Amino acid sequence: MKVLVAVKRVIDYNVKIRVKPDHSDVDLTNVKMAMNPFCEIAVEEAVRLKEKGVASEVVAVTVGPKAAQEQLRTAMALGADRAIHVQTDDKVESLAVAKLLKGVIDEEQPGLVILGKQAIDTDNNQTGQMLAALAGMPQGTFASEVDVQGEKVAVTREIDGGLQTVELSLPAIVTTDLRLNDPRYAKLPDIMKAKKKPLDVKTPEDYGVATGSKVSLIKVEAPAERKGGVKVGSVDELVDKLKNEAKVIS
Amino acid sequence: MSILVLADHHDGQLAGTTAHVVAAAQEIAKAGGGDIDVLVAGEGVSAIAEAAAKLNGVSRVRVADNAVYAHQLAEPLGALLVELADDYSHVLSSASTTGKNVMPRLAALKDVSQLSDVIAVEGIDTFCRPIYAGNAIATVKSDDALKVMTVRSTAFDAVAADGSAGIESVDKVVDNTQSSFLKEELAQSDRPELGAAKVVISGGRGMGNGENFKLLDGIADKLGAAIGASRAAVDAGYAHNDMQVGQTGKIVAPDLYIAVGISGAIQHLAGMKDSKVIVAINQDEEAPIFQVADYGLVGDLFEVLPELESKL
Repeated sequence: MKVLVAVKRVIDYNVKIRVKPDHSDVDLTNVKMAMNPFCEIAVEEAVRLKEKGVASEVVAVTVGPKAAQEQLRTAMALGADRAIHVQTDDKVESLAVAKLLKGVIDEEQPGLVILGKQAIDTDNNQTGQMLAALAGMPQGTFASEVDVQGEKVAVTREIDGGLQTVELSLPAIVTTDLRLNDPRYAKLPDIMKAKKKPLDVKTPEDYGVATGSKVSLIKVEAPAERKGGVKVGSVDELVDKLKNEAKVIS
Repeated sequence: MSILVLADHHDGQLAGTTAHVVAAAQEIAKAGGGDIDVLVAGEGVSAIAEAAAKLNGVSRVRVADNAVYAHQLAEPLGALLVELADDYSHVLSSASTTGKNVMPRLAALKDVSQLSDVIAVEGIDTFCRPIYAGNAIATVKSDDALKVMTVRSTAFDAVAADGSAGIESVDKVVDNTQSSFLKEELAQSDRPELGAAKVVISGGRGMGNGENFKLLDGIADKLGAAIGASRAAVDAGYAHNDMQVGQTGKIVAPDLYIAVGISGAIQHLAGMKDSKVIVAINQDEEAPIFQVADYGLVGDLFEVLPELESKL
């Protein structure tokens, strides 16, 4: 079974972003970029499926600018066999990404597609679900366990209130949550080897997909700053403040 | 055109979040939108439909009561929404795990975008939503004929339960051959729902182990609080995943949030910084959590927590 894993180049999760002075967007100039953390978990899961003999090949795919090839090389250093880069400098929203990934699915015919549940830049949590709908496949979102058994996969999902396990017929879409696995770090020899692995470059036109969206960004603002308050010296003082100043307890 | 709200429910009860989503729908209605319908989909959901019919501002409750909608699996629920969507200009759900699971399917099948985690309604087609873990707020305008969105329930005050909408059943039944429910393991708790609690007390890595989380119980009992956790505490196995507060977990905005042994990573702050009053208890006085806390207490939580419990 072939496993397709989608990755996204995003701001490094440790970086605190700034809004541009003209409020047109956030300022990503000279900001450290990295693979979206949920995508790292997706790559790790795909590689583990290959190590267990469930997957025969792991193909990584991304949609984004030329620099996003760094994240594809990272995916291959972590164990993906080859990569597909749908290259575009446009800002591509979830629906168009899902359409492009549907195009890749049509060509590659994977048995399982794994994506991160959300990217930490737009915080949308949409692409996997949209892809599942467009591809006519069932979905196991927010996965904390993935168990492939023959023609089916059991996916345990992190839901409000606890865990839910669903059984899906393959091919299926899985999106990863935090507890699915602990991604490995790439070793230097693997990073070197990844440079020689095949990387196909495509364009949105190859898939007949227009990258535009009917949602326009009007403005971006910083949220209301929360001011730090006071340090209290004792539990007594804390309880007094909560009762008499903040009036949040009685 | 009318507005459709997908009701959240579990354990045979309407979830509190639905009243908040109806409040968002009312704002869209005031900006020029039409009547508000609520869809209740599930199996054996008549009591839930009756509760939804009482929500202020709702014109009609539509009930899809069938075994195929049990557990609200994304595939049949998405297909049902697609069947109904042509009657509506806006379809809303809460940003619950059910809403997030199904709304993008509806949007994709109607070939429109989806807006996630809407926190403000600026007009019939213009909405605000947080991006980058809430470190920026984007105002977006949708020119799609159908607006599909999830709503952050903590950003809208719940409507009252003083209405009396009519209830109609939806006869359309969709097929589902692709997915099936195997099991659910839900945390049993008598405490309030994390997302709706007036007081939340959360533990972080500083709690040291899962056993120590019990130190929060007595305080939570006295304050009627829900108990949350940081990602670090959940990853370390101290707390269940459904207790995680943060960018990718639960978003809370209680009157009082008490962070215990939590350093305050931006991902955690994203989940709680809209709380009215924040208390931080941490032994590291440099911890970033103190930068957002109204009241900070530097100290050993193992001494502070028992004392706090005794003095409440």
